[in-house]
Amino acid sequence: MSYLEHNVKSTPTGLRKFLFMNWPLTLLLISVASVGFLMLYSVAGGSFTPWAEPQMKRFALGLAVMMIVAMVPIWFWRNMSVVAYLTSIALLFAVELVGTVGMGAQRWIDLGFMRLQPSELMKVTLVMLLAAYYDWLPAKRTSRPIWVILPVLLILFPTFMVLRQPDLGTAILLLAAGGAMMFFAGVHWAYFGAVIGAGVGLIFAVFNSRGTDWQLLKDYQYRRIDTFLDPSTDPLGAGYHITQSKIALGSGGWSGRGFMQGTQSRLNFLPEKHTDFIFTTLAEEFGFVGGFSLLALYTLIIIFCVVTALATRDRFSSLVTLGIAVNFFLFFAVNMSMVMGLAPVVGVPLPLVSYGGSAMLVLLAAFGLVQSAHIHRAR
Amino acid sequence: MKRNPKELEVTHRQVSRRALVVGGLQAAFVGALGMRMRYMQVDQADEFRLLAEENRINIRLIAPARGQLFDRNGKILGQNSPSYRIIIVREDAGDVEKVISDLSKLIYLDPEDLERARAEMRRAPAFLPITLADQVTWEEISKVAVNAPSLPGITPEVGLARHYPQKGDFAHVIGYVGPVSDYDLSQMEDPEPVLRIPRFQIGKVGLEAKREDLLRGRAGAKRVEVNAGGRVMRELSRREGDAGADLQLSVDGDLQRYVQARLEGESASAVVIDCDTGDLRAIVSAPSFDPNLFVRGISVADYKRLTDDPYRPLANKSVQGTYPPGSTFKMVTALAALEAGVVGPGDTSYCPGFHKVGNRRFHCWKRGGHGTVDLLLSLKRSCDVYYYDVAVKTGIDNISAMANKLGLGVKHDLPMSAVRSGLTPTQAWKERVHGEGWLVGDTANASIGQGFMLASPLQLAVMSARIATGRSVTPRLVKSIDGIEQPSGAGEPLDIDKRNLRYIRNAMYAVSNDRRGTAYGSRIIEDSYRMAGKTGTSQVRNITKAERAAGVIRNSDLPWERRDHALFVCYAPFDKPKYAVAVVVEHGGGGSKAAAPVARDVMLQALYNGNPPLEAYPSKDRERIKEQQERLDQLRNGIAPSDGSDRA
Repeated sequence: MSYLEHNVKSTPTGLRKFLFMNWPLTLLLISVASVGFLMLYSVAGGSFTPWAEPQMKRFALGLAVMMIVAMVPIWFWRNMSVVAYLTSIALLFAVELVGTVGMGAQRWIDLGFMRLQPSELMKVTLVMLLAAYYDWLPAKRTSRPIWVILPVLLILFPTFMVLRQPDLGTAILLLAAGGAMMFFAGVHWAYFGAVIGAGVGLIFAVFNSRGTDWQLLKDYQYRRIDTFLDPSTDPLGAGYHITQSKIALGSGGWSGRGFMQGTQSRLNFLPEKHTDFIFTTLAEEFGFVGGFSLLALYTLIIIFCVVTALATRDRFSSLVTLGIAVNFFLFFAVNMSMVMGLAPVVGVPLPLVSYGGSAMLVLLAAFGLVQSAHIHRAR
Repeated sequence: MKRNPKELEVTHRQVSRRALVVGGLQAAFVGALGMRMRYMQVDQADEFRLLAEENRINIRLIAPARGQLFDRNGKILGQNSPSYRIIIVREDAGDVEKVISDLSKLIYLDPEDLERARAEMRRAPAFLPITLADQVTWEEISKVAVNAPSLPGITPEVGLARHYPQKGDFAHVIGYVGPVSDYDLSQMEDPEPVLRIPRFQIGKVGLEAKREDLLRGRAGAKRVEVNAGGRVMRELSRREGDAGADLQLSVDGDLQRYVQARLEGESASAVVIDCDTGDLRAIVSAPSFDPNLFVRGISVADYKRLTDDPYRPLANKSVQGTYPPGSTFKMVTALAALEAGVVGPGDTSYCPGFHKVGNRRFHCWKRGGHGTVDLLLSLKRSCDVYYYDVAVKTGIDNISAMANKLGLGVKHDLPMSAVRSGLTPTQAWKERVHGEGWLVGDTANASIGQGFMLASPLQLAVMSARIATGRSVTPRLVKSIDGIEQPSGAGEPLDIDKRNLRYIRNAMYAVSNDRRGTAYGSRIIEDSYRMAGKTGTSQVRNITKAERAAGVIRNSDLPWERRDHALFVCYAPFDKPKYAVAVVVEHGGGGSKAAAPVARDVMLQALYNGNPPLEAYPSKDRERIKEQQERLDQLRNGIAPSDGSDRA
């Protein structure tokens, strides 16, 4: 609707849409994923099984999904955002129920060919819903308290559900991405100042609640914070991951120890070397040059997204693109901080590189939205 | 829901502005990540590289080969022989219990070992080898090797273990090794890391323990790459250790075995010392035991049998056993008296069968007395009264000083366990230890080697060698270390008048060669090998007045443990002393009957370097000696050398 206001004279139709895709962005995604294949091949000791090959298949599938999403006009996705959001919430409930029946914390639903994490889906659908919300909301109401509380609730509801799983990492990412969406939409600075102040207060509360009846986090989450703050307290236990990860990363040096020559990963000193800690293998084997190159690729992806967002005149398009960019940024920034010892170990994979199906699939579908916004922009 | 373009323009600008703010924050964060990466990977790279290497590289010690032991002729006394064991690697075995039960159908598996192995398996990672059976025979190893395909995860392994091929012959000299115990480690101030190698063996007793420093050698090391689970991925470098030094003993293995066989059935000790070099040609304590039992870890039953034996096979009687030297001490008393100038060789005493010292009667072993005796006669007939008389004139301190000079009452520095110094009492000693003044009666007792006086067979052999040579011959057990000859024990000339020594030697010659000498029955008749000696019979009980009046009970009528010790010391050839021998037979009865024949046989064996011709023996003994030689030959070449087990 709002889209039509821009006097869209011509949108590409049919197969011509392919030509109008954001190809540089697509190539960047493919190159990042290729880095992933290379590293998965390396950590498997020079073998396509058990990780590299399934990852490539899934990436191919993900690319197809991205194309399909991209072909569909962006306004369709805007109209679908409420449905998408509610579906995600329903899936979170489903997981909750299966989890209580099953073995404690269960975060995924088995679809047969892959396991879907509703919390992953939630990240994208939350962004879609908030973008649609602010697209619909007249600009001058944006900072009115009643219109601020509504999106806050939309953010907090899934956040708490994810936190109950419990999955602190994803919860923080949801919170951050949602906050960023509100910020993009133009909510008044003062709200953010207040929230940041409250956040600092909450951190104090979290620490002070420890050991009391109203303890806010699980013990293992406290321990993760402890070992993050001082990994040496428990070098063979919880601090082991951080310590070994830092050793691997640091020992890479300027140019690395060579492809498949990383002793830390090859000799299994690295934990989760094919998932959350895959960046350390890259940094160990290709050194600063390799690690920094990946960081540069990620940064370029963000830049292309921001450029796409700024180029479009459509509010939903730009907000959704920026939201997805923020999500993507948070993914790799948190993961890298974690393996470099700048953040606690919260279990966030490295986007497009870490082994894992649903995260990559959802991410590529989200980039489909970015592509769709790009193809169907007003000209 | 129409919107005016102006509002759209405003919101678009606002989004752009906010996007740029967030973009700026993101850029800053990416910059921070880049800086952090650079700091870790460029500035701190060396430190982290070092940590990674520490993770990856383990130093493993390689046990050094223990030094070997040889006798003076190069015969192996202690060696490192292959020892086989059977190990299992859990991850290769699959169904561990099935493999174990298959294996137990082939060879015997000790249930105790199995229990220990299972406990180990529960703890250790799956790739670590665990010993299922130790000290496996070659036959069993072959069985396992042949059936290897049906026994996954089972491997025979070869290691080195100490073995003593001479078994009991050298048990007391060499001792034995055993695995390092926690107690051993606690006794050491700074234990070498090599001691922590599982199954590493160290000397526990005897030469093995005393020269551990030489025998152990130095550990080698290998650098291996390990993964996080501790599994060795490959060997990076290897430096072999230095083997321990090889020791050559002064002992003659053949003679040692002969002596061991000759003492079969007795609780006895014999020492053969080389007068020229101090080399111990044989140093035997009987009965003996098989040291290999201890290397393997002796069973409770075997150990109990050794400790319960009244003949004390574990005791090293040659250096650890101290006995009243009895009449073998008389040479010392006589030399002391001669040196002190209180008597001359021609001076006589009258022996009525007893001597009054103070108000106490000291008896001569011969009830009727020896009549008038001079030095030669007193030694030849072993008259006690003569010595009571001269000792009182000489004084105990002079006698003890002479005893020390001749090697009694001093600790000889030998690399053997529990070398004892014996005892040569002095007035000051008694004052100090007993808090009583020295009595003249104590001197009388000491003069004939009774009372406080104690000496080990080794010391008696040294004494004989010193009398024979006039030099302070010092016993030497280790002849060479890694081929480097050790200093000889020939010794310096003693500060004793040569004429006085000659009187004593002549008297000792008479003991063995004069028709009325106490050891005439055990003489050597080969002229070039004539022997000089002295018998000794030391009491282990007091003879009461009543018993003396009724007639002293004969040894053969007493229970074994109350019989007298039989002693004999000697050297030969008389004119050019080559060997000195001391023999002590515990509770053997009289020295001339129980000890002197042994000493003669041993001496001849040493002089002839093998079985002597029968012509060396007096003609009436030859038939008996021939039989004895045949019996001992059989025993020596027999299935098992003496381990004390087949004695009745």
